Amino acid sequence: MIEAPDLSLAALAPLLFVFGAACVGVLVEAFAPREVRHPVQVAVALVGTVGGFAATLVLAGTRDLEAGGEVTAAWALAVDDAGLFLQATVAGLATLAVLLFAERGLDPARSAFVASAAVPAGSPRDRELVTSTRVQTEVYPLALFAVGGMMLFVTANDLLIMFVALEVLSLPLYLISGLARRRRLLSQEAAVKYFLLGAFASAFFLYGLALVYGATGTVRLGEIRTAVAGEGDDVLVVLGLALLIVGLLFKASVAPFHSWTPDVYQGAPTPVTAFMAACTKVAAFGAILRLLYVGFGTEEWTWRPLIYGVAIVSMVVGAVLGLTQTDLKRMLAYSSIAHAGFLLTGVLGLGAAGDGSGLAATMFYLLTYGLTTLGAFAVLTLVRDGDGEAGHLSQWAGLASRSPLTAAVMGLFLLALAGIPLTAGFTGKFAVFRAAIEQGAWPLVLVAVLASAVAAFFYLRVIVLMYFSPPAADGPTVGVPGVPTTLVLAVTAAATLALGIVPGAVLDLAEEAARFVG
Amino acid sequence: MSDFPFLVAMIAVPAVGAAVVAALPRARDALARQVALGVGLLVLLLAVLAAVAFDTGGERFQLTTSVAWIPDFGVDFALGVDGIALVMLLLIGVLVPVVIGASWEEGARGPGEGAEERPMRYFFAWLLLLEACMVGVFAATDVFLFYVFFEAMLVPMYFLIGSFGGPRRQYAAVKFFLYSLVGGLVMLAAVIGLYVVSSSELGEGTFAFDALRQLDIDPGVQKLLFLGFFVAFAIKAPLVPLHTWLPDSAAEAPIGGAVLLVGVLDKVGTFGFLRYCLPLFPDASRFFAPLVLTLAVIGVLYAALLAMGQSDMKRLVAYTSISHFGFIALGIFAFTTEAATGAVLYMVNHGLATGLLFVVVGMLIARGGSRQIGDYGGVAAQAPKLAGVFLLAGLASLALPGTNSFVSEFLVLIGAFPERPVFTILATAGIVLAALYILLMYQRTMHGPARGVVAPPAGGGGPVDGGLPTAGEAEGAGEVTDAGEVAGAGATAVLTAPAATARRFPDLSARELAVVAPLAVLIVVLGVQPQFLLDIIEPAVTATLSDLGATR
Repeated sequence: MIEAPDLSLAALAPLLFVFGAACVGVLVEAFAPREVRHPVQVAVALVGTVGGFAATLVLAGTRDLEAGGEVTAAWALAVDDAGLFLQATVAGLATLAVLLFAERGLDPARSAFVASAAVPAGSPRDRELVTSTRVQTEVYPLALFAVGGMMLFVTANDLLIMFVALEVLSLPLYLISGLARRRRLLSQEAAVKYFLLGAFASAFFLYGLALVYGATGTVRLGEIRTAVAGEGDDVLVVLGLALLIVGLLFKASVAPFHSWTPDVYQGAPTPVTAFMAACTKVAAFGAILRLLYVGFGTEEWTWRPLIYGVAIVSMVVGAVLGLTQTDLKRMLAYSSIAHAGFLLTGVLGLGAAGDGSGLAATMFYLLTYGLTTLGAFAVLTLVRDGDGEAGHLSQWAGLASRSPLTAAVMGLFLLALAGIPLTAGFTGKFAVFRAAIEQGAWPLVLVAVLASAVAAFFYLRVIVLMYFSPPAADGPTVGVPGVPTTLVLAVTAAATLALGIVPGAVLDLAEEAARFVG
Repeated sequence: MSDFPFLVAMIAVPAVGAAVVAALPRARDALARQVALGVGLLVLLLAVLAAVAFDTGGERFQLTTSVAWIPDFGVDFALGVDGIALVMLLLIGVLVPVVIGASWEEGARGPGEGAEERPMRYFFAWLLLLEACMVGVFAATDVFLFYVFFEAMLVPMYFLIGSFGGPRRQYAAVKFFLYSLVGGLVMLAAVIGLYVVSSSELGEGTFAFDALRQLDIDPGVQKLLFLGFFVAFAIKAPLVPLHTWLPDSAAEAPIGGAVLLVGVLDKVGTFGFLRYCLPLFPDASRFFAPLVLTLAVIGVLYAALLAMGQSDMKRLVAYTSISHFGFIALGIFAFTTEAATGAVLYMVNHGLATGLLFVVVGMLIARGGSRQIGDYGGVAAQAPKLAGVFLLAGLASLALPGTNSFVSEFLVLIGAFPERPVFTILATAGIVLAALYILLMYQRTMHGPARGVVAPPAGGGGPVDGGLPTAGEAEGAGEVTDAGEVAGAGATAVLTAPAATARRFPDLSARELAVVAPLAVLIVVLGVQPQFLLDIIEPAVTATLSDLGATR
């Protein structure tokens, strides 16, 4: 007889909120009349993400934390402090991203998403739809499913659940990447690329899973750790671990598994890009941390050199190729690759005895990077010309004289991405570098600081253009953002400053939350 | 009295002032400079009061404030000054009001470009923000806090150069920022390394300077950490071969920015050597001293030679500074109390002398509209006061006895000679070269017939010597010069005003006199009576060198 697994509904509450809202969203799509669909969908999505966010906070606040967390659903989920911190980060950032989705004031056609994705691009019907104010609302439940997948991903204590979560978060992302209202071919190309390469990565992950299962006879992270510790250097384990990591690094857009990133970031609708850059990064790194620390923590010699090398490649590729970009979205894509390298620097901050500040530092960095990059993409949605967003660098010349506030906010985000003190970016960088140096990885940190300096050049170039260049004659207009985008910009800018000037409380939180169970 | 948090106030006042000035409405643009001047003078007052409250025979760090800032990193918002930092704060206090006065017309029209609007309030807001950061850099006694101000300082300077600078300001601003950022980031790695060393030695990581200097760091690790700090400071100071950003930045920066850049910002580098490199890494400092001294002496001579070759006045002054920074580095790394005291005094004197030189050159450029030495001639006949101040600044810069720089240069050389005779003798040659580059510039621009952008005196308008050519001859000569310029150097053609725009050179206005007067007075007073500064500096230098373990 099969025993029903013990399910702790309290521990699952954040996930239930988000997935529940996603299911409701599907029903709304089917039954609600078209006129009310958009407001209802936005409300449902916000209830889902805000509810999920609140649920994690309540859970972290009220549950007795004696063991630092709880393993539920037959060891499949580890709802521990670190998991809750990451879930809260994902849900919070997703709330901001949903607000960006809901912006209707910027595009003359009232939405950043195509009215009917199935109409072939360039067809007469398509041209008709470009100017119609019909909006498409499937994007909300799809995004919610992705958010749910991400939140599952960071608490998965079992490789199979991790794989399921990976798919649940990826499939909706592939779809919504292709929903841009303008430059549809680029958007669809991005979606197909993302899908094909993503499928490859999933296959890698699955193959790795199979090898590890073959070697250890289990898919649970805790048991894998015990098995690996006993067996020593098993080729199957090493190979399986490598394949698992490759699958996860792909999602985290770490070079050399980054080739999809610039194309997808550029092609996807900008709110979706913001969502991916912030939330997917958090989810993927959450999974990487859990896999390495919980599953293979005792065998750190097997993954440490790999992560070390990949971190260097990612920082260098991101920083150097970022220099040559002329499109802001592509530039931010390469920036995200470089930042993935910095994050891996933090991942290395795990001591031999399981100590070290790597986990806390990486989680803090994820939060700061997510907020800043989300804000930067939100600014991109404001600067527009007749053909949608004006993403080319040259179009941003002299923006400061046209719209000082927009330029100032963008300048703040760019300085934060460059890691200038008194912004969140610096605090995050300091935390991960400290974690790495504590474990003796100072050559890596040296590479990291040099890469930061190179990357600073392309952030600075945008500031130079905005502030020190004369405005272009037929430059873009700066749209007046509606309430949702304004809210996002206010929150992200305030957080970027606050986490740079008084980061103490959040650092404390990350420090306290830096515990895995399982 | 000494309980008053002078240092916090000296950071907060300009920071708040910057916010107020930036928030002024567009219509009240002109009000910005009055507010800025008021804030600058208030900070000067605070600095003077702080100096009065400072007890020269007391503890090493005084006027201290310490509040926990980021407990997770062990970072405190800890401020305090020793004698070295205190004199730098006084220098900042003096230079900022002067710079504000010298930049009074900055917003109205920038050099070289006309059409573009340059809101004055932003210029003064960045200036005040820069002042807050500069005070923070010198007053921080927590290495992390020092680093934060060190990097944050770049942003206002970057915008000052980039928004208000000369024709190549974009290039100069980015070059300035990247050079400093590279140095700063390497230092960041060393700062973290220091923290990790402290946490392994003390059990708990700290950034407090007083705790860190008592660490006993392994010599190998010391060398690495020393290099991390040294690179940042050597870029900042700047030492040859890391100096190439300074001439570009100083030449393109607005005059106010250039004065603070060379007068104060670059002192952070030499200050860093004294405050951080020597006490924290004594073994490594001794190990690397010959290398640093070599670079310093090369800098003294090489930069002096380059200065002689410059045709652009601002670049020339920038190169003279690099040469002087060589002297300062020589004084610091000779490891004697006299030399190091002289070096610190030199830091102050150089700020005053070069500051005045930059201000006067700025006034000259504002009249002539060109930075080229070749465009000027015979200014002294029309603007004798301008020429007089120019000469005073120049003589102070070449360390003529009786001016302030002489005392410090002499102390450096006499203090360094017993320990490092070869380096000292080589550096002495720099004094001769200094006389050449300063006097040649003075002679070409101020004396001789009026030429280039300087209109010949109208008949009977001014005192016309019998030796001066007639108006017609002078005009002809001017045309020939201009034609030669255009043909010879196409790149400078933009800056070279055609003969048609040759203009009258009015002498210094009352405002300009008020701007240069404080510096001129200080140059003479400190040349004759430097003792009160030495009394402040010497105990701090002695304490620094005792950290190093040097006995002399």
